[in-house]
Amino acid sequence: MSEYILCFALFSIGLYAVLRKRNIIKIIIGLGIIEYAVNLFFVLIGYRTHGRAPILAKDQSILNMVDPIPQALVLTSIVIGLAVTALIVAIAIRIYEKYGTFDITKIRRLKG
Amino acid sequence: MILPFFVIIPLGAAFLISLFGKKIKNFADLLANLATFSLLVFSLYSIPQVFAHKILVYKVGSWIPPIGICMVLDGLTSFMLVTINLVSFLVTIYSVSYMEKYTDKYRFYTLFMLMLAGMNGIIVTGDLFNLFVFLEIASIASYALVAFGTEAEELEASFKYAVMGSVASSFVLLGIALLYSYTSTLNMADISLVLSGKPTNTIVGFIAVLFLAGFGLKAALVPFHGWLPDAHPAAPAPISAMLSGVFIKTLGVYALCRVFFNILTVSHQLLFVLIVLGLISMVVGAFLAIAQNDIKRMFAYSSISQIGYIIFALGVGTPLAILGGLFHLFNHAVFKSLLFLNSGAIEYSVHTRNLKKLGGLNSRLPVTSYTSLLGSMSISGIPPLGGFFSKLVIIIAAIQAGYFVFSIVAILVSIVTLAYYLKFLNFTFFGKLDEVRLKIKEVPWAMRLSMIVLAIICVASGLLIVPLFKPFLESAVNVLLLGSSYKNAVFGALK
Amino acid sequence: MKNEAGMTLIVKTITRLTVGLILLYGIYIVLHGHISPGGGFAGGVIIALSFIHLMLAFGREMALKKLSQAAASILESLGALMFLTVALLGFLGGYFFLNFFLHKGSPFALFSAGIIPLCNIAISLKVGAGLFAIFAALVLFRGIGEKE
Repeated sequence: MSEYILCFALFSIGLYAVLRKRNIIKIIIGLGIIEYAVNLFFVLIGYRTHGRAPILAKDQSILNMVDPIPQALVLTSIVIGLAVTALIVAIAIRIYEKYGTFDITKIRRLKG
Repeated sequence: MILPFFVIIPLGAAFLISLFGKKIKNFADLLANLATFSLLVFSLYSIPQVFAHKILVYKVGSWIPPIGICMVLDGLTSFMLVTINLVSFLVTIYSVSYMEKYTDKYRFYTLFMLMLAGMNGIIVTGDLFNLFVFLEIASIASYALVAFGTEAEELEASFKYAVMGSVASSFVLLGIALLYSYTSTLNMADISLVLSGKPTNTIVGFIAVLFLAGFGLKAALVPFHGWLPDAHPAAPAPISAMLSGVFIKTLGVYALCRVFFNILTVSHQLLFVLIVLGLISMVVGAFLAIAQNDIKRMFAYSSISQIGYIIFALGVGTPLAILGGLFHLFNHAVFKSLLFLNSGAIEYSVHTRNLKKLGGLNSRLPVTSYTSLLGSMSISGIPPLGGFFSKLVIIIAAIQAGYFVFSIVAILVSIVTLAYYLKFLNFTFFGKLDEVRLKIKEVPWAMRLSMIVLAIICVASGLLIVPLFKPFLESAVNVLLLGSSYKNAVFGALK
Repeated sequence: MKNEAGMTLIVKTITRLTVGLILLYGIYIVLHGHISPGGGFAGGVIIALSFIHLMLAFGREMALKKLSQAAASILESLGALMFLTVALLGFLGGYFFLNFFLHKGSPFALFSAGIIPLCNIAISLKVGAGLFAIFAALVLFRGIGEKE
């Protein structure tokens, strides 16, 4: 139970970074922490007591396996997170070219 | 069976355009239009199939669900498919001539086809994690498309949209993780089966709130609407039409419906929360739209307001209300895309979007001004155009369900909607024409064609509601009313 | 004073020795995706890392001579189209994405499991080429701070 609470704590740290930090790069890092926390939570859900890694080999027989489905889903989710991070970093670089600053309180041309 | 083709055709077109688009001239335009036209034909073909057998299930890879992924075609699916593919076909025709002024037109088509593949995938899938993957495909393509022009404002709008959209997707993923831990399956019908066997637990309420936050941000409900007034004006006009017309409805409203009505057993309090959020969206969107001077920003706030109508109708929950909500979804897709395409046409001819600088364009741009008139009258609810009937049905259903105060608010918001659309028409098309603009010509034929066809559909959806649209809508409504009997229908069709 | 491109001599020598081994390791992980952990995504990332290692040690121009940006774009689209073709070939058996090879082979052998190795190769092409193209495009902005 305690590991799930720690995952939620990590999620809220990331959410704090997205909401309250002023530098664009820190916001992107916060986004990365949020995705990391959700992926970790998803993998931890698959744990079964005294389970082993869900890999069959030719000479072993396994009695207790952890759940392999969350591992496959988290693989997909990590790649999606990579794509989003790459896109946002590219946008952040171009913003620095146009606005000259990384401070998000000064990047405010759209109002109203 | 045609269900996988809704995802195969746009994906194949996207990567073929990315490979050959730069070398062969006009290849990108031709392939994109061919792809969307074939999708439209397939989606129109799916309607009689749904009338014949009530629900069709396709097993991908011939793995039996819940071990494998299945694709489900029922009334709601075919309704959304027709809406999306119709609007996207007309928008691709429009963007043949509009995107000439941007470089790298073939990259635009690649991203557009990827977004379309994602949206189609969300609608046809029957598996919850598959829905999340397609949601992310469509979202990432739209983040890139909003920043397509790479001006300063577009990049800022795209950054804000991307960060907020990513946080929303993480909420959805957290909800899916919790649901998987509770039911240990991912197939939509199977989750519903397992949930009906277990006693009610507060974790289902928490999961519902997480999904409401995640999908609500994609649908631009009011606490989560902050990205929309920046992102929709900054995108190029065909993308604004797609985003406002179909994107927020597929990712937001359809996913919300499917999850709340068919998978989780929705409770009375949750529907009341939907009503309240819809009402606040209506009011906030309408009042903020009056104060705008930029055409597309005004239309973006109007989108928030109309999505509020749809969510309000879905929250009321009676069969008549859901019918009104789905009909308003179709109407709004048609006339909001028409209005955004009109604003793109105005920007193409006059190169400005500021209301204070426009005026008197009625004489020089006749097609644009008449289609704008039809679109604005339809969205404000003037009979006999389509918007009047959908708003009438929503308000009558709300009164029948007993929410008198809410329906009076809805009527007042409709009057405010008429006010700001009249402001738009007055400032843009009537009045005195500036002398430097005496020489502007009408927009090219591709843009005119799509605007005229959308305007005709606006009028037709009002006049032809009883013979043509009612059976089409009723099959969609019946799926939502099935509630948790959705699982019986799916498992019945599997055998 | 402007440095010559890349890093010091020690890094360049070690890179010459190891970058081929990294590429080989990535290909091994891709091809054994159905037997041991890994598969398309992880193997594709390692293959991309070998090219990025070249770029970090020798500078941008040298790495682009080995694999230009246009070639990376073409490889990316080819990978995706190959994946889609393999999925479409399942229609020969009647269903989309069906595992259509008749001989599924015996478990734990290298040539087994139907279409899964082909899908892994396609995914690794796409992920590897895509990651390298992203990195090459982002390194373009390296000189922004020095431009004043």
